[in-house]
Amino acid sequence: MTTHASQATQAAVLPDSLDEAVAALAAMPAAVPVAGGTDLMAQVNAGQLRPAALVGLGRISEIRGWQYQDGHALLGAGLTHARVGRPDFAALIPALAAAARAAGPPQIRNAGTLGGNIASAAPANDTLPVLAALEATLIIAGPGGARREVPVSHLLAGMEMLRPGELIGHVRVPLLHAPQVFLKAAGRTGPGRATASVALVLDPARRGVRCAVGAIAPMPLRPLEAEQWVASLIDWDGERGALVPEAVRAFGEYVAAACIPDPEPAPDGTSETLPPAVLHLRRTVAVLARRALGRALS
Amino acid sequence: MSDRTTEATAPPGLSVPPEPALPSEGETIPHGLGATLPPADARAKAEGTFPYASDLWAEGLLWAAVLRSPHAHARVVSIDTAHAREMPGVRAVVTHEDVPGGPLRGHRSADRPVFASDVVRHHGEPLAAVAADHPDTARMAAAAIVVEYQLLDPVTDPEQSFAAEPLHPDGNLVRHIPLRHGDAEATGEVVVEGLYRIGRQDPAPIGAEAGLAVPRPDGGVELYMASTDPHGDRDVAASRYGLTPEQVKVVVTGVPGATADREDASFHLPLGLLALHTGCPVKLTATREESFLGHAHRHPTLLRYRHHADAEGKLVKVEAQILLDAGAYADTSSDALAAAVSFACGPYVVPNASIDGWAVRTNNPPSGHVRGEGALQVCAAYEAQMDKLAKKLGVDPADVRMRNVLSTGDLLPTGQTVTCPAPVAELLDAVRDHPLPPLPKDTPEEDWLLPGGPEGAGEPSAVRRGVGYGIGMVHMLGAEGADEVSTATVKVQGGVATVICAAVETGQGFATLARQIVQETLGVEEVHVAPVDTDQPPAGPGCRGRHTWVSGGAVERAAKMVRTQLLQPLAHKFGMSTELLQIADGKITSYDGVLSTTVEEAMDGKELWATAQCRPHPTEPLDAAGQGDAFVGMSFCAIRAVVDVDVEIGSVRVVELAVAQDVGRVLNPGQVRARIEAGVTQGVGAALTENLRTPKGVVRRPDLTGYALPTSLDAPDIRIVKLAEERDVVAPFGAKSVSAVPVVASPAAIASAVRAATGRPVNRLPIRPQAAVVTDPLPEPAPTGQA
Repeated sequence: MTTHASQATQAAVLPDSLDEAVAALAAMPAAVPVAGGTDLMAQVNAGQLRPAALVGLGRISEIRGWQYQDGHALLGAGLTHARVGRPDFAALIPALAAAARAAGPPQIRNAGTLGGNIASAAPANDTLPVLAALEATLIIAGPGGARREVPVSHLLAGMEMLRPGELIGHVRVPLLHAPQVFLKAAGRTGPGRATASVALVLDPARRGVRCAVGAIAPMPLRPLEAEQWVASLIDWDGERGALVPEAVRAFGEYVAAACIPDPEPAPDGTSETLPPAVLHLRRTVAVLARRALGRALS
Repeated sequence: MSDRTTEATAPPGLSVPPEPALPSEGETIPHGLGATLPPADARAKAEGTFPYASDLWAEGLLWAAVLRSPHAHARVVSIDTAHAREMPGVRAVVTHEDVPGGPLRGHRSADRPVFASDVVRHHGEPLAAVAADHPDTARMAAAAIVVEYQLLDPVTDPEQSFAAEPLHPDGNLVRHIPLRHGDAEATGEVVVEGLYRIGRQDPAPIGAEAGLAVPRPDGGVELYMASTDPHGDRDVAASRYGLTPEQVKVVVTGVPGATADREDASFHLPLGLLALHTGCPVKLTATREESFLGHAHRHPTLLRYRHHADAEGKLVKVEAQILLDAGAYADTSSDALAAAVSFACGPYVVPNASIDGWAVRTNNPPSGHVRGEGALQVCAAYEAQMDKLAKKLGVDPADVRMRNVLSTGDLLPTGQTVTCPAPVAELLDAVRDHPLPPLPKDTPEEDWLLPGGPEGAGEPSAVRRGVGYGIGMVHMLGAEGADEVSTATVKVQGGVATVICAAVETGQGFATLARQIVQETLGVEEVHVAPVDTDQPPAGPGCRGRHTWVSGGAVERAAKMVRTQLLQPLAHKFGMSTELLQIADGKITSYDGVLSTTVEEAMDGKELWATAQCRPHPTEPLDAAGQGDAFVGMSFCAIRAVVDVDVEIGSVRVVELAVAQDVGRVLNPGQVRARIEAGVTQGVGAALTENLRTPKGVVRRPDLTGYALPTSLDAPDIRIVKLAEERDVVAPFGAKSVSAVPVVASPAAIASAVRAATGRPVNRLPIRPQAAVVTDPLPEPAPTGQA
């Protein structure tokens, strides 16, 4: 028995390819695409959403795996967190694997997908800071076999939107062959919503450190000056780990202050202090960034 | 009880409790008292075939939806239901104008209207309800009711409630208990003070409220729901509907676990009303959000303490002010306050006490019965005070407790003598002497053991370990003159016994216990417990361990009466008294083993019935100075908590809780273990994560993402190191209830351990990360980090 009587006229299609899915969306403009359904179905069950039609993405095999392309990995948007979290994937993109393993309890990880995490774009979604730090690019499928590329940060910042009938097909991520770290602070030991998270990747080829802080703002934040500063201190050709502890600590403070700045002083020179909870959050970000850099350089 | 320390090879985070295992089919099921008899519905619940209240169905049923206030405090200018009524598929819309019944006296929901009429006093208060032929229609129609509000300033700080305009005709003060005991002028050489805040824990039942109301041809109504107090809920419903109690029948069905009152009036009253209005069966299933908004929460509490002790750490006097936030309606706040004030000094001997307790009304969601109410809040505070005292005296926190522990014969600050077993010293010794768990660096799977969890940010160099203690006490059964009676009937026919008792099995194990009692007394192996409805005599609400005590006692008496009926003719035939005959394994044997017959033969096809009552000895209300013999019995629990704290982030992992509990007598070892583990884990939630936040009186994030319950990774290794079995002579079988007291002691123990790890005061529950951070400089991290 169910609390919801069946609805006779609901349409659901299960296309086999990305272009078929896009065509189905074009044919039924009111249809909602669904992959893992971990966000969508919760809203449906709570009665907040009654999609007129569904386009299921679960049978599109081309977006459920990954391939290699000019030093990049082309990740299918339908990759589940569980798949991304496995050791073979972790060898490729360790920070994304760590974020996927932290993304929730096993039931959620088995269903939830990379594309869904990007499309729902909730601030605490764990893969987002990693994709921001990796400067990933989305490959978006549109009507008539059209493909366009959008940096993930543009989508998350709202600079570009998914147009009606478009779907996230793939995510292009550079293969950096260097340490990368994802760290998360949450309210409990078990799976929990991040209160703050930090992704940090080293890019030895470009002599860069890229860092993104998640969950503390509507989109992941990049402390660009802190990245450049610390990258300039690292001896890229020699012992990367020889960075002095003070520098690692200062990097954490730099990142935290960039992401959670002090309030602007008022014209009369007085300035408010941040509330204790925000100061704690800033301290947490500093600790996470410091630990992330420490681990990446070790 | 087996001791689990022997299996220390498994890493603590991963070890699996060894019992109770469910016997597989075909295996002999143990029976009788003292055996681990599995619950009859365990398999169905584990396999997902158990029918819960939300699975109820009736042909032609309508669906209900309740319109709830989005505001914490507002005047209701008008309610316009015209649009909702016109919607196709809507069959009835009811508001306060459709509630025929009069006022209600003496019940916990007496001061609460079914629907708000002129004013809403809390977020989520019901204003109207709709019945429609589809749940979506019902929900949309409820949303289409136009309510014009005039917003009022909500009173959300209980301290402001005293001076605020009355929020309710009954006034803002629900109860004040000024307890005075001993010499008010007494002072000690050492004085410690503290201010403590306890948050709002929610019972968060995983099975949300659901029910089905079916109208009866006689103008009455039957309510099918997962009630824990069927007769109480029936009486409230009947008086609200203007019916006699006989016209309303509550049928208890599909109860999931319950750690609080299972049904709230805001839920079942609209349901029955809609059935009466439409003449059709009506079903209502609460969403997760409605569940959080509807039922009562644990009382948020503000406590101010001053402990006086002599130079040796012996307590001289305790002064305390305890302020309970009752929320908008009184509910069981008066009872919670009595427990809080009476146990404000904890299980310690305190010759002089001056304790003021208040329960006040605010525009926060109503607080009510959640197990360990009142006792949990004061336990966190008095144990924090004991830690402070130990620190000031420079002695071990366990030592200062040991110098003051209560034992049988001592006085409570209420003037009541503790007559039941009170082996507090024995319990504290047991947890203190238990070996400490290994440090993370000494165990192989280090990552698993760090605060923050398997994918967290934990850094071994920033982790500090702490050990702390909490000793809790609760009273059993209703207090202050409550008539705690229960009635049970036992029937035997053809080697099968049936227990009929309106005590609801909420996971506390009553149904299993009833089977064990009958097996023990009558030697019958097959015992069924009949489903509960209000046509049976009342057994009272399932809380404060009362069913183990009074309903278990009633079942035992009824079973003994049946036994006498069964043995009387045989005894007469054998020429001996019934006491000289024994029943075991379906056989009746004389004391010397010479004469014997089978139970089936003795029954001779007859059907034997007996009904009995159990009523514990009476209690009295606390008087104007908070004095009186208010409690029938008490139970105690000592917990030693071991925590690891990442002192840079403030994340806490409870490594191990060693529990020693006063249980009177173990009636079902598996069930006792399960209840203690469940209680302790609920306490972990209260200590670390569970707090329903209500900024400006509006519940924030009423869902299980926003309200973080402990998961299996948060649950610590729970080691039951001692079950003190000193029988309580006034309790049936000498057994004490086991569920509530571990909930009370574990948050205090965890806070104590975090205090030990960080040196921070930790005066707020749940413990916020910023309260567990150590800001003094840590040793510099090694150049390459510690991963």
